[in-house]
Amino acid sequence: MRDGALTAKLWAGLIWVVIGFFIVNVFGLIAAVVVNSFATRWLGTWLPAGFTLQWYGSAWSEFQLDSVLIVTVEVVFAVVAISLLVGVPAAYALARRDFRFKRAILLLFVLPLLVPPMTYGIPLATVLYRLHLAGTIVGVILANLVPAVPFVVLVVTPFVEQIDPRLEAAARVFGAGTFRLFFHVLVPLLTPGILAAGLLVLVRTIAMFELTFLTAGPDSQTLVVALYYSVFAAGIRAGQSVDAMAVIYMATTLVWLLIALRFVNPTQLVTRVKE
Amino acid sequence: MNPSAPFSAAGESSGSKKPAPSGREQNFQQLRIEKISRNFGATAALAALDLTIRSGEFIALLGPSGCGKSTALNCIAGLLPLTGGTIWLDERRIDQLRPERRGFGMVFQNYALFPHLTVRRNVGFGLKMRGIPGNEIRRRVDAALELVQLQAHADKLPGRLSGGQQQRVAIARAIVIEPPVILMDEPLSNLDAKLRLEMRAEIKRIHRDLGRTTIYVTHDQDEALSLADRIVVLNDGRTQQIGPPEELYAKPANLQVARFMGYRNILELDLERVEGSFAFLAGSGLQLQGIAQECLTSKRAVIAIRPDDIAIEPAQRKINEAHPRNVIFGQAELVEYCGRDYLVDVLAESGVLLHARTPRRIVTGDRLRLAVSPERVLAFSPA
Amino acid sequence: MSSAASIQRKTVDVTALLVAPGVGLVLLLFLYPFLYGFLLSFSAHEGVGLRNYVKFFSTPFLSQTIATTLWISFPATVVNIGLALPIAFATRRHRLQRLLTAILVVPITLGTVLIAEGLLLYLGPQGWLNRFLLVTHLSTSAIHLTHNYWGVFLSLVVSGFPFAYLLLLSYLTGIDPVLPQAAATLGASPWRQFIHIYLPLLVPGLAIAFCLSFVQAFSVFPSAVLLGAPAGPTRVISIAAYQAAFEDYDYPMASAIAMIMAGVQLLVVVLILAIRVLFYRGPTVGPKG
Repeated sequence: MRDGALTAKLWAGLIWVVIGFFIVNVFGLIAAVVVNSFATRWLGTWLPAGFTLQWYGSAWSEFQLDSVLIVTVEVVFAVVAISLLVGVPAAYALARRDFRFKRAILLLFVLPLLVPPMTYGIPLATVLYRLHLAGTIVGVILANLVPAVPFVVLVVTPFVEQIDPRLEAAARVFGAGTFRLFFHVLVPLLTPGILAAGLLVLVRTIAMFELTFLTAGPDSQTLVVALYYSVFAAGIRAGQSVDAMAVIYMATTLVWLLIALRFVNPTQLVTRVKE
Repeated sequence: MNPSAPFSAAGESSGSKKPAPSGREQNFQQLRIEKISRNFGATAALAALDLTIRSGEFIALLGPSGCGKSTALNCIAGLLPLTGGTIWLDERRIDQLRPERRGFGMVFQNYALFPHLTVRRNVGFGLKMRGIPGNEIRRRVDAALELVQLQAHADKLPGRLSGGQQQRVAIARAIVIEPPVILMDEPLSNLDAKLRLEMRAEIKRIHRDLGRTTIYVTHDQDEALSLADRIVVLNDGRTQQIGPPEELYAKPANLQVARFMGYRNILELDLERVEGSFAFLAGSGLQLQGIAQECLTSKRAVIAIRPDDIAIEPAQRKINEAHPRNVIFGQAELVEYCGRDYLVDVLAESGVLLHARTPRRIVTGDRLRLAVSPERVLAFSPA
Repeated sequence: MSSAASIQRKTVDVTALLVAPGVGLVLLLFLYPFLYGFLLSFSAHEGVGLRNYVKFFSTPFLSQTIATTLWISFPATVVNIGLALPIAFATRRHRLQRLLTAILVVPITLGTVLIAEGLLLYLGPQGWLNRFLLVTHLSTSAIHLTHNYWGVFLSLVVSGFPFAYLLLLSYLTGIDPVLPQAAATLGASPWRQFIHIYLPLLVPGLAIAFCLSFVQAFSVFPSAVLLGAPAGPTRVISIAAYQAAFEDYDYPMASAIAMIMAGVQLLVVVLILAIRVLFYRGPTVGPKG
């Protein structure tokens, strides 16, 4: 009995040591980026020689961050809006109706989340080149819709299933037409699900690298791709201005993450909601 | 045949082979629960429950939802740590043992059958945990399944059983380990009315045959009355009354218990005087004589009368007729036919609504004369 | 449902059609390009055939990328799941669990590019980690964790462990807590509750978590370029595909590599799901009456 309690204590201790080790290192790497972005010169010491804000200014002009940010906002909001518009009705139909090929359709919605984006990203980029859409914002938005729409469908479906179908029946009995039913009954009831799906797609699209990378041109880069190019080309430019850009990227993501965490469970970021 | 025979025999052999938590303490004298309490944050879900249970007794914990009865059961099982108090099995203190070391059998409200194990392996789970050899597990599981009449379903997964069958599996799983005490948490609440009656009889039969000490949580007073040797009534985490069913039914200790025991007519009246154990009350146009259940000090008192104790006969009050005590005139307001008798809501002339039960056929609108014996009018102090 | 269904029978087709835009979009942007790439992969300058595939498997520089990718992604996935399972189990009802999940979600949302940049600084020869090791005399010389296998591996753990943790936590909390309680009253110690109740009920979740974690690790790209040695030990299959498409402009070859990548990925998924079939796959709450 005592031995059992001791091993249990040791085990719990070990678990928290591992968690602590992981978190310390993650914060270490984030702090390293932040510190470097404010550093005047940082060579071979614990902390830089001095601090400055100049890199943010130079990053802004060097990487044309104003246009990159505008593109990012345009892409992200277009993807969120379109994926909700297309995904929510699909989720409703899948949750409420049984029809032919339903299993096949479900598989179709799961597949884009199950294979690496590279595998369909490259052929998709090829198709977009043929259509002269590659390198444009439209192409980037289309590519990002591929994982976003299935994600919305899978997140919203359980929310629809939670709504008692008798509520809709009741609304019809009391004379609501399809249009009124949708806007007065379903949309208010589905708001938490739509909000959750929208925020999750937003955060995921900001961080989605591969698809944007494969389809973007010089004028249609989002923040994450611009960051990749700047790191890739490091050495040409000062590392600090790369990190200033990284901090701007981080701030953009974290703001939305904080908003998202007020409304959604963190586990929903990686998977669809259950129950 | 006596189904308990294979059980006790198996219990002895296993007890000698492997000192498992159960089996050893089967022949305990009493389970003493001393002032146990449990707080959730600032609220006391259970306050100082004191109860000594004799071996073989059937105890029901009765109360409305949220009264602390399930908390009490979980504390006894060891699933919830106590905030205060101790639990003793004879001279052994057990309240600090983890549930797996207490060896009590438990039947959960939703049965908590393991969905990935067959009926046979569900029932045998506790024996396997005790390191009992496979062939003996098989024999004892067979005996338990026979006891609950589920031999035919031994190799099914629980998801394929009906509610009543799942319930039997849960009971078999709890009794097969021959625990000193079996704990049941509202085991019948998920069944429909007919099945509930059947399973109630089944539980009664198993208790009669095996004689296992049982603590049974329920919110249904009929269940408690029909099954238990003694009933513990809880409300807001506090013990209201402990006693045999007949005592609770006839002499509830307070209004809470009375309400729970089916005293549907509860009226607050003026207390005129007290003579010995009798209280004389008036108000709302009524004049009643009843028995004081506690020391009545204030000018008001609350009376409780069961619908069954009110005698009904059709009657027209003659003008200026004397108005004797414990007689009330009124009109049938609503009549519910209950098969064996009628439940009548009577609107008294004074405007008070009373509930009465009668085998006599009554129709809405009938003029009625109600009478109740003073012994069946219980008077309490107002809350 | 039956009453609702009868009321709504008239509109059944209309409602089902709501799925059409979503299906159309995925067909057009996912399945069509995928099939197009599949067909394209069989065409070459000299005509139609298996030439691209033959070339891939006969050129070690290309074919080795499969082994390289597996050699990074498989251990990383095993480590991530292996760490996440006990940690998710130990913290599932801890009071700090919500805070922990909120912290762990950060590396996932920051994405691989930022993690790669951060690790370059943090793990580099002048980084804080090496400074710490030297100052505390845990190491006598700087250890090389960037521009090699370990850099990529660590970046996969930084982004993959939180992912696996959150996934497994959601599966673990989906298991009805009354089941292990029932096991406890039947004499099962916490360890045996884990072995006999949690683990069997978690098998489907573990399989899915493994698959999704593996997809992430297998498609490793930016960190393999930025944090690894993209010409040698961390030349993963994504790099080969990207180079074929955007440096050699050989779209048929790039498509062939993408198909091979999808094939290997799906093979692993099928393998995991096949193993999963051997176990129980039902609800993780007790049956309701």
